[in-house]
Amino acid sequence: MPELTPSLTSFKERVHPMSKPEEKTKEKKVGPGRSGLQLEEPLLFEQSQKGRRADSLPKLDVEAQPIERWIPSAYLRQEIEGFPELSEPQVIRHFTRMSQWNYGIDLGAYPLGSCTMKYNPRLNEEIARLAGFAHLHPLVPETLAQGALQLMWELEGFLSEITGMEAVSLQPSAGAQGELTGLKIIRRYHEQKGNPRKKVIVPDSAHGTNPASCALAGYEVMEEFIGKKGILEAKTVAERMNEEVAAVMLTNPNTLGLFEKEILEISEIVHRKGGLVYCDGANLNAMLGVCKPGKMGVDVIQLNLHKTFSTPHGGGGPGSGPVAVKKGLEPFLPIPRIVKKGTGFALNFDRPQSIGRVRSFFGNFGMMVRAYAYIRTLGCEGLAQVGPLAVLNANYIRERLRPYYHLPYDHEPCMHECVFTDKNQETYGITTLDIAKRLLDYGFHPPTIYFPLVVSGALMIEPTETESPESVEEFVQAMIAIAKEAETNPQLLKDAPHRTKVRRLDEVKAARELKLRWQST
Amino acid sequence: MRYLPHTSEEIDRMLKTLGLSKLEDLFKEIPPPLLEKGALQIPEAISEPELLETMKKMEAQNGSTDRYALFLGAGAYSHYIPSHISQLLLRSEFMTAYTPYQPEVSQGTLQAIFEFQTLICQLFGMEIANASMYDGASATAEAALMAMRIQQIPRVLVAKSLHPQYRETLQTYTTHLGTELVEIGWDRSGALDEEELKAATREPASALIVQYPNFFGVVEPLDRWAKIAHESNMLFIVAVTEPTSLGLLKPPGAFDADIVTGEGQAFGIPLSFGGPYLGLFASKKSFVRQIPGRLVGETIDREGNRAFVVTLATREQHIRRAKATSNICTNQGLFALAATIYLATLGKNGLRDLAFLNLQRASAFRKELEELPGIEFPFSGSTFNEFVIRIDSDVDRLLQRLLEKRIVGGLDLGRFYPQFQNHLLVTVTETTPKEAWKNWKETYLQGARHA
Amino acid sequence: MNVQADLKYTKDHEWIRLEGKQGTIGITDHAQEELGDIVYVELPAVGQQIQKSKSLGVVESVKAVSEILAPVNGKVVEVNSALNGKPEQINQDPYGKAWMVKMEVANPSDLDDLMNVEDYKKYVQEEKA
Repeated sequence: MPELTPSLTSFKERVHPMSKPEEKTKEKKVGPGRSGLQLEEPLLFEQSQKGRRADSLPKLDVEAQPIERWIPSAYLRQEIEGFPELSEPQVIRHFTRMSQWNYGIDLGAYPLGSCTMKYNPRLNEEIARLAGFAHLHPLVPETLAQGALQLMWELEGFLSEITGMEAVSLQPSAGAQGELTGLKIIRRYHEQKGNPRKKVIVPDSAHGTNPASCALAGYEVMEEFIGKKGILEAKTVAERMNEEVAAVMLTNPNTLGLFEKEILEISEIVHRKGGLVYCDGANLNAMLGVCKPGKMGVDVIQLNLHKTFSTPHGGGGPGSGPVAVKKGLEPFLPIPRIVKKGTGFALNFDRPQSIGRVRSFFGNFGMMVRAYAYIRTLGCEGLAQVGPLAVLNANYIRERLRPYYHLPYDHEPCMHECVFTDKNQETYGITTLDIAKRLLDYGFHPPTIYFPLVVSGALMIEPTETESPESVEEFVQAMIAIAKEAETNPQLLKDAPHRTKVRRLDEVKAARELKLRWQST
Repeated sequence: MRYLPHTSEEIDRMLKTLGLSKLEDLFKEIPPPLLEKGALQIPEAISEPELLETMKKMEAQNGSTDRYALFLGAGAYSHYIPSHISQLLLRSEFMTAYTPYQPEVSQGTLQAIFEFQTLICQLFGMEIANASMYDGASATAEAALMAMRIQQIPRVLVAKSLHPQYRETLQTYTTHLGTELVEIGWDRSGALDEEELKAATREPASALIVQYPNFFGVVEPLDRWAKIAHESNMLFIVAVTEPTSLGLLKPPGAFDADIVTGEGQAFGIPLSFGGPYLGLFASKKSFVRQIPGRLVGETIDREGNRAFVVTLATREQHIRRAKATSNICTNQGLFALAATIYLATLGKNGLRDLAFLNLQRASAFRKELEELPGIEFPFSGSTFNEFVIRIDSDVDRLLQRLLEKRIVGGLDLGRFYPQFQNHLLVTVTETTPKEAWKNWKETYLQGARHA
Repeated sequence: MNVQADLKYTKDHEWIRLEGKQGTIGITDHAQEELGDIVYVELPAVGQQIQKSKSLGVVESVKAVSEILAPVNGKVVEVNSALNGKPEQINQDPYGKAWMVKMEVANPSDLDDLMNVEDYKKYVQEEKA
């Protein structure tokens, strides 16, 4: 018989005051990080009690037959071993408590570089949950999906206009699948010309997904060094470009937050040798209202609706990675395509040149609804402010932190993100990781760290346009306070975080012992 | 603009800090011909009430499950979704978090994924599962790639009764790698054709891929296929598109499957016109280094408290780049959470009872159809909540007449298999109202009389 | 940094010890230090012929993967499979218990192209600067 009333000690064990003794020495409070109450919560499986239920199923409204009448017993299981048995209040409390161990953009600044953590409008959640969108089966006849198809058609149009490209497929599930789709399109284009070619030029500052997607599309990666200015230089491309190279794949603005200003020359060089230009659109946010990839000689770009167009990241997905192409590449886009038919819309599957499909159905439609609502809410005038304000915030941080942190690329304004390093703090034995962990105590999510790989000890900060000037300044103050602590009390940083549910983790143990699931003991 | 906080005074003040006078000065590094002068050709901003009205007009044109009774499945299933799932998903800390890069402030996401991995292992009867993939189709394509990495043979046997869109995705993912995809047909039971399979095993292949229950709803005898696959040194891959069935069916792991993939949409995720869904991926533990996607493991923090963290990241693209096991970066975080809440809610008995309901109702409807004239059942195999019928009249006209009664009567199988003219794939779950059964039959009988 | 006088070194931080025609290979103390806690090692199949600078296997820490490259041409005659269960030995004893591969070296004179201990020390200093 399990004990029903927890003893006092076990109750105490479950409640951790977040404030730790060493915090008392702090004179001034910077950032929103304070103390609070955190509740312990065991795994679902550890709370299971035989016979407990949380489901609410309709009664069987047909005459029950023995199961074996329909399915031979050799294919039936006795029970789902290990599955939990809980009540509904337990389930709610379990996940609510766990949610409190997370940090999200609704709580505060989340300046993860290259991730574009902007506000996720609540209105869009309501819209995506309207029955006509949320409870529509993907295989209903077209006549029952006219609203959905119209939304997709219009969204394709908006994205074409924003990127300056000519055709869009909304099918890819996320940025990386968009990259794969784009590269398959490039491959198909070259195949039609008689030779798929062998290689793709990728700068060494690229996201890891770029080389991985190239490999998956069957291309060898030619990794090129970015120049001293932090960009891919036209002369580098000119030296390496030849008829074996299918495409150059670059990110603009790049992962150092710099505009690839030689892109026009680069695309000319690539096109002259029959190659194509792929732009990773992960950083499109900086360009909203400023410029269009389509005018830079870009042939293919993937967009990340979960970055630029405000759909929530959900702790790591779902994303949505539409692909936009120039007109000549339209026949290769995934099937099906949405076409206008009379006053309505239809799906066209008869596209013999298409690369095929990259997933089931039409893509992450729920994310499309949210992105559509975002674009309509901001409208042309709001969208035009996104890039400039995102860039303003990033430059402000860059300027304010310049006296405290080392800026490896220092010669010009950055775009939507800025990259610092831990070089100034090295003297005190402080690394980027220590700075990041200490930021948690101040109540901020840290920037992207140790990326791009071309910068040692990188701290990549992308504030986005939805952070207010006060919030940006508050983040700056926390970073300055940490820079000072690094000098005066480096141990405080090394032991950080102090106020989180758990302290630094033993990742080596996790990798060596590999416990990937709960098991009953 | 309500999402953009900056006032014009604040913008000026920030520009002053930068020694600039106007926003345009921030972009002086961009070659001038690239700078846009005109406005975007996008409608002007609209207010919240206006937008809601616009969107409601659009959604009202859609035949969603609240407006039409559905006899449609085929990889996307209408099941009842407990209302607390959406409410929990809307919690800011889950919904608005990024990938758990900083485990100290992501324990909610990480513990949920660890629980998800465990539930998927238990459901599939497998040793390890990842944090999820995009959807069932891409997960199955990734399984084929994984099998070829392990086996190094560019040949894969695929059941033709695997979901047609999964096969198309597989084709797209593998076509340029020189992979030979050999499709294996079905026999009169609707399950894999054993002779054809045996003939195909005469040449070596990396894997055999079978759907369970298959696209026709038929419960494949996995014991037989596992034996043949393993005797031919192939990996045995099982794809599950309707995982509710595993509330009753013996899990693929019990038949010694090497990799199990699936579509987790049935577990508390709205139909949402085809996405976002939830790719499931599990395997034997010995393949752990070849698995694509994210894995969460248990460890301790420096004070010895139990904690969870993304582990074995060295397989992934951000470290191994071109040599990664996949290019996948995200998982379906929020929907893996939805499935975790759903399975926690249904629990051991609920999922079994739900599967029982589906089996009993679908079988009962099937039995009712057996009694109607002009309907035949081309396959003799056991089915769960979907089955194929052949009618002796025009299927398109039947479906049209059913639409008039607000019923989506099934999937015209000829859409995916040209040889199956006038065949319907019919799905019945706990949400298919009994009133609609009656209507379906009456409409059919009226049509049969006209013919 | 710990180095040993009787070994030859590569620019990729492998070491080799020649005894007769047999070369014993591992990674250097400097390499293990740079990688941090090693959590996994992958070793080649015995009997495999491997060309110089081609992959003999992989060592992984939590955040990095590093290939072990063959210092010279040769055939794998033995691998240290004890490392599979105890990869931490590479951190603890890189020149001793944590040897990785024994090769039958095709041309022992190929070792002349590798660095001796003094050259290697200098090389590591330069790389750091």
